[in-house]
Amino acid sequence: MIKNIILLVLLALPAVAQTDWIRTGTGLGVEKVRIAVPDFKTASTDPANAPLLKTFNDTLYSDLNFAGIFDVVSKSFYPLQVPGTPQEIQLEPWGNPPPNAAMVAFGNFGKTGDDVAMQGWLFDVKNTASPQVLGKQYREKATNENARLIAHRFANEIICRLGGGIPGIAESRIAFISARTGHKEVWMMDYDGAGQTQLTKLGSISLSPRISPDGGRIAFTTFARGGVDLGMYSVELGRTVTFPRFAGSNLSPAWSADGTKLAFSSSMRGDPEIFVADASGANPKRVTANKGGNVSPVWNPKTGSQMAFVSGRTGLPQIYMMESDGTNLQRITEEGYAVSPSWSPNGQFLAFAWRRKYGPGAPGGQDIYVMDIASKHWVQLTHDGGVNDFPSWAPDGRHIVFESTRGGSTQIWTMLADGSQQHQLTTSGHNQQPNWSFK
Amino acid sequence: MKVNAVKRQSYLLLSTLAMLIVLIAGCKKQPAPTPVAPPPPPPAPTASISANPMSVDPGGTSQLTWRTENATDVTIEGVGKVQPNGSKEVNPTESMSYHLVAKGPGGTQDATARVTVNAPPPPPVAQPTVTLSDEQWFQQNVKDIYFDYDSFTLRPDAQQTITANARALMQKPGFRVQVQGHCDERGSTEYNLTLGDERATAVKNALVAAGVPANRIDTRTFGKEQPVCTESTEACWQQNRRGHFLLNK
Repeated sequence: MIKNIILLVLLALPAVAQTDWIRTGTGLGVEKVRIAVPDFKTASTDPANAPLLKTFNDTLYSDLNFAGIFDVVSKSFYPLQVPGTPQEIQLEPWGNPPPNAAMVAFGNFGKTGDDVAMQGWLFDVKNTASPQVLGKQYREKATNENARLIAHRFANEIICRLGGGIPGIAESRIAFISARTGHKEVWMMDYDGAGQTQLTKLGSISLSPRISPDGGRIAFTTFARGGVDLGMYSVELGRTVTFPRFAGSNLSPAWSADGTKLAFSSSMRGDPEIFVADASGANPKRVTANKGGNVSPVWNPKTGSQMAFVSGRTGLPQIYMMESDGTNLQRITEEGYAVSPSWSPNGQFLAFAWRRKYGPGAPGGQDIYVMDIASKHWVQLTHDGGVNDFPSWAPDGRHIVFESTRGGSTQIWTMLADGSQQHQLTTSGHNQQPNWSFK
Repeated sequence: MKVNAVKRQSYLLLSTLAMLIVLIAGCKKQPAPTPVAPPPPPPAPTASISANPMSVDPGGTSQLTWRTENATDVTIEGVGKVQPNGSKEVNPTESMSYHLVAKGPGGTQDATARVTVNAPPPPPVAQPTVTLSDEQWFQQNVKDIYFDYDSFTLRPDAQQTITANARALMQKPGFRVQVQGHCDERGSTEYNLTLGDERATAVKNALVAAGVPANRIDTRTFGKEQPVCTESTEACWQQNRRGHFLLNK
């Protein structure tokens, strides 16, 4: 009888574990810092300053709001007197209700001649004796792009200072595939969806872009070379560069954290297996040897030695993990249809797309999940909104970008790594397979 | 019933009357047109074309010579717009009719010269050239192979199609084929590319087992990138989960 009860408890355990809610990402679960960001004061009489200042204010507000570590106070709660310098700020109205802010970021911004200059401060409202946390100034040529850039840099400073020293991602970028020209090409955009730019012009089908750790190159899959092959795009040169062509189908490239190696799926020796080659494409070596497709490898960016990948060796595709030489193989998902792994920058989590119950009439859709690798506990981040796929971690480990069909067309979305703040980045045509830069 | 029959009769009567009226009206004499002195007609164009020699070897040269009169617009099909009188060298690769059309204010005149190209000597190796009829033959005899969901195993019905396809391909030893592996829209882009790859390989291996030389068969995956059917239904998905054959030129 006692034996039976123990058995029952043991059987019930995995189910209990699976319904646990785990917090993911660094600094999540900590109370968010309440920050006020009044519009910066104009420091110029030049009429051309107004649009630049608006761009700056909008970008700074959006960056801090997006960061995931702040509770940004609504602008309607702000005191009427707007400070432009430390001499002009009175702390009490900011610290008292309604703003109730713990921090206030303020400053001035002005175009003089060809340049635009910003002075910005971050003040701890409650520390009246020595309120200044941060003081920064930037000067750039007066363009709209530079107004965004200055806002990104100031935001990154604030995020880094108040977010446990993790650099902000306001200057990071996202590569993706867009079919808006009629062909699937590699595109790039800022992390907030601004500045969407076409990179490849191959007039064929391009897929699976992966930005190199230094940001200088993008490995991708192309149909333009007669079969399914790897391609390489140089961001510096602004064009595709030569890359060896192998036999069979070659796809889903992934960079090692040090940028010296590429893992990819290749059928050059028959079955689709995981191969590892030099970043130049030289010395391809097979790592897996199993019937059934092996694809979508991704390196552990922390250790640089482990790899997660997808294999159909037992039927429906599942996520596996191994050392990058193929040893220590372990299966990560036990059921359903699990694809598209992405490894968090701190090495602790895997994000992936999962249709947990598969088959006719099975409940649920294909959603994004995050698994804590050590405990195998997972949490579902998207819920029953279209097909969600291709998660990719931001360098801060707090954000995830992914593709979703929830609005009718395939588009690119971001969210915090706990599933909150889901936000659409693209709208034009179909857009898929986002990949967040390493920094 | 009776009323209907009567009605139908009266309709018949009415329509007969109507036809008669039309006929009578048509017979009514038209007033004769007042005679006007016609302008002198412009002279009709004349045209002639000849080829010398009239038969050549493939790629050989023949001289076309043509003369026209009273023409403002002279074209030769396959050559284009030309001067009213002239000559030109042509190098036909197959027998051709050079059709000259001369248009002028007085009308249109045409003339034709034919250059016969002698049959080429048989090539040293039998190499059937791909023509439209070959494509049609291929489409009729080499059929798509269909798969189950997430599977690259050949079903019994697929095995029968493979046997028929292999038999057909053995009749045409010069034909090379590309086997294309396709998938339905479900699941990941990357995993479906490997699945399509395995489907194409499975079809190739089955054809080789049925006697088709492996060096005549290429494989290629398209994953879920080129569906033939775009609805989200099982009927449509089944059409997309296929091994498709392409005649390689």
